[in-house]
Formats: sequence, C-alpha cells, structure tokens
Amino acid sequence: MPAAIPLTLELAGLSTALLLLLGVPLAWGLARGRGWWVEALGAVIALPLVLPPTVLGFYLLILLGPHGPLAPLLALAGLHTLAFSFTGLVIGSVVCSLPFMVQPVRSAFAAIGSAPWEAALTLRAAPWDAFVFVILPLARGGIVTGAILSFAHTLGEFGMVLMLGGDIPGKTEVLSIVIFNDVETLRWPEAGALAAGMAVFSFGVILVTLRAEARMARLRA
Amino acid sequence: MAFEAPSAGITGLFGPSGCGKTTLLRCLAGLLRLPGAALRVDGEIWQEGPIFLPPHRRALGMVFQEARLFAHLSVRENLRFGLRRAKGAPRITDAAVIDALGLEPLLARAPAGLSGGERQRVAIGRALLAQPRLLLLDEPLAALDREAAQQILPRLREVSRLFAVPAVYVSHDLAEIEQIADYLLLMRPGGRIAARGELGALLTDPALPFAARRDAAMVLELRAQAYDEIYDLTTCAGAGVALTVPGWHGPAGAAVRLRVRASDVSIAKTEPWDSSILNALPARILSAETAAGPHVNLVLAVGQTRLLSSITRKSFDSLGLAVGGMVYAQVKAMALAAPG
Repeated sequence: MPAAIPLTLELAGLSTALLLLLGVPLAWGLARGRGWWVEALGAVIALPLVLPPTVLGFYLLILLGPHGPLAPLLALAGLHTLAFSFTGLVIGSVVCSLPFMVQPVRSAFAAIGSAPWEAALTLRAAPWDAFVFVILPLARGGIVTGAILSFAHTLGEFGMVLMLGGDIPGKTEVLSIVIFNDVETLRWPEAGALAAGMAVFSFGVILVTLRAEARMARLRA
Repeated sequence: MAFEAPSAGITGLFGPSGCGKTTLLRCLAGLLRLPGAALRVDGEIWQEGPIFLPPHRRALGMVFQEARLFAHLSVRENLRFGLRRAKGAPRITDAAVIDALGLEPLLARAPAGLSGGERQRVAIGRALLAQPRLLLLDEPLAALDREAAQQILPRLREVSRLFAVPAVYVSHDLAEIEQIADYLLLMRPGGRIAARGELGALLTDPALPFAARRDAAMVLELRAQAYDEIYDLTTCAGAGVALTVPGWHGPAGAAVRLRVRASDVSIAKTEPWDSSILNALPARILSAETAAGPHVNLVLAVGQTRLLSSITRKSFDSLGLAVGGMVYAQVKAMALAAPG
C-alpha cells in the first residue's frame, strides 16, 4: 500500500503534464480550425467520456501489447510490450483524460475569440508570441480547470488501469486498485482509510485551486 | 480594384455598410489575404504575387471598433506591448503618446475598469507605440457615445500629424469623415472605389452624391488671422475666403479646420447690410443640385474654394436664381462654433 501512494501521484502528475503539452495545442486547433475534420477529431477525443473504461483498456491492451500494431515500433525502441507497465499506464491515462483537458481549454479559447489574437498580430507579435503572451494568459482559467479535472480523473481511474496495467505492486498497482483489493480481501478499515484519504485530498486540491482563481479574478477586477 | 492613397494625412474610406471597407482594411493589415492583390506601402511590398508579409512583419498600427485591450495586462503593459516588439530605437516614445492622449491617470489601471472612450484612447496609443508607418482605423468611434467620440476625433487628427503617421480611417458616418479626413476614398457596394480625391473637392463635386445630400457639408482649411478680444471672435482666411468665427483658434497663422453645413449657408441677391450675419461672401453659382424634396443644394465658387448652400426650392425660384449667377453667400458665424 505505501508504494501505491507515490506511484498514483506520479502517474497523475506525469499524465497531467503530458496532457498540458498535448491537450492545449489540440484545443487551439479545434477552437480555430474550420472544416469537417474539426468535429470528427473532437468526437474521437470525447470518446473516452462515453466508452466504458474497460472497453478503452481492452483496445489499449491490444494496441500496446506484444502482438499489437505498434509492436514493430516498440521493438525498435527495444521493448517487447507496454502492457502491464507504468509507461503503458501513462499512455492509457493520457488517452482517458484527454477530453477532460481539451474540453475546458477549447471552450476558453472559443470564448476569447479571434479579437485579441488579431490585435496582437497587428502589434508586431509573431503567432507563437501572440499565443504564449496573449492567448494562454487569457485562457488560464480554462487551462487550470482542465489540469485539475485531468489530475483528479487520473487519480480515480480504475477500469482502464485494471485492463491495461493489472495490479503489479510498485509498478502498476495504483490506489484505486489497492482499495478494490482491500475490499476483495475484506480489509475494510484499510479500504476505508484510503478512500477517505482520496476524497479529502481531491476536495483539498479543488478547493485550493478554486480559491486561487477567485483571488486572481478579484485582483484583476 | 486599384487605387493609390497619399502617404501623409488622413484618408477617409467611406461607403455604405457592407460595401467591403473593413475587408479592404483587413487586407491592408494582412489579417486577410486577397488572392492576386498587390499592395505597397511607402515603396515597401506588403503583398505582390507570391509575396505576402504577415501582419506582424508590417509596420502598421490598427485600431478596431472595439478597443481589444488585453484584459490580463494593465494599461501601461498594453501600451508597451507593441513598443517592446518593434525593432530599432522607437521614433514614437511612450512619454510623448501618454502626453498627447492624456493617458497618465490610466496607466496603472486594468482595462476592465475603463470607460469606452478611455479604452479607445489607450488602443490608439498602443497602436501608435508599435511604431507604425501606417495607422489603420476601423470605425474606432462607432461604439462610443457622441460626446466621447467628439473628444477623440480631434486628438486623432492631432496625433497623426504630431507623429507624422498617415492613417486610413474607415467609417460609414460622413460627419466623422468630414471632421477628420484630408483625402477621401468613396467605396460602392461590391468593393469598387467610386471616387477619390481631396476631401473638400469631393464633398462639393456636383457629380458625386455628397453635394446633393440634405445634410451636406463642406470642409474649409483656413488660417487664423486676428482675434477680437472684445467680441471673442477670430478672423480666419485662406483660398480667397475670409470668415469670422466665434472663439479663440490659436495665434495668427494657426491652422483652422471648419466644417460648414450647407443648411447654415443662406443666399442673398444683393450685399446684405442690415442682417445679423457677419459673413457675406460674393459667390458664383456653379450648379444647382435638385433632389426629391423641398431643398436645392447650390455649389458656389468663392475665391479659389467652393461652398455648399442648401435653400428651399421655393426661394430658389422666387429669387430667380440660375447657374452662373452672382449672389452673396451668408454663413452664420455661430454655426461655425463647433470645433473639429
């Protein structure tokens, strides 16, 4: 059990960091893009919202497994499989939590509209400059929300983890799996303590960020 | 569509809503790429054939209908946004802009707390500090109330002259153009340039729709000559016209721009001597524009310049006026009170 706590935090932290790098540009493309591909891509990203996590875990297991379509690519990297590994779990978590990151950020970009973007371009800012120094700060609320939701969602993911990661202690046995195993073996007090700890922690994270956001908003007004 | 505009002063781009004024301005800014268009500013190619300079490589400043200030930055940081990104030593300094637009008391504030007029002043300052060689103004006063707009209009003219930045001013409000522009591009629906030239000449050109308008007006560029302290009146003259104007308009030689409404100019056949009208100018009738309605607009030659006079058709007939005839144009001095 003790190893599961840092492991879970590491998984959630790493996934959230990757989601920021991947999800923010993706959300920008979706918010600014025109054409049929925008909605198609949006639908693919939203899929984890409606698919049962076990279905998602099943496909990821096949995709990242020793006989999956990515196997030759993995062989190049000297790997046999990513199934039942921590790296595999990170990839799975990123896929599962992608809509939680992309949705709020995309909404924030859409709400900002093209007006500040155009104004920045006419003020000698190159596109990357306008994005980093105008668009990202203006979308900060949406980005923070996306990061909190992704982090919290990864903390609590169960079905996908079980399918893709199994429960190898120290490698893939995250807290939600530990709680499940505790209940299975009738260790109710341990399960209760962990569940309560996760509930309090999640509540604390959300409360602190919301308060920080409110304080920033007051400062700006 | 092909046109040239002078690289000094303010060019008014006027036309009905939806005729493509804003589209044209966005092409100038590089926010829109019109295939096959060619564009040079000050001899520098901005677009021609395969060459297309993106907006941030064009030495321009743009002010939009909404101020578009960056909400996460203070007024001071907004002003410095373009300044920090412009290359070379700044020709237009922040101190000079802050002074010219009266921005000092706003610097530490957030854009969200500013009034519409204040925001637009900051937006103008921000655009100027990007060190533009061309200032693009897309109906910058359309969202403001009349009073705020009237405070900003003369300042816009002033900063364009002060910092030697030519400007293109888009508006569908002819009164604004009459107050601010030196040069006029008239746009027709479909994006054609119907006429271009000096503002004063176009406004009084019988071939164009302006002179026949019921609210027609013209613009005179005069110089102050003498100030009468007792009656608070200034004599202004230029191009063969001398007018008495209420108020102080600067020392002798100062440029005075007067907007004269055609309805404030009346006609007498003989020189009036027992009238309250101070300004009676001998004039020749160049044309009489009759549109539907009760009025006739006369285009008058006074000295080397032209005036418009709007009178009733009844007066026109009963005075027996005719094109080519000599008359006296009477300009009510108090109607010249509004500056701009």
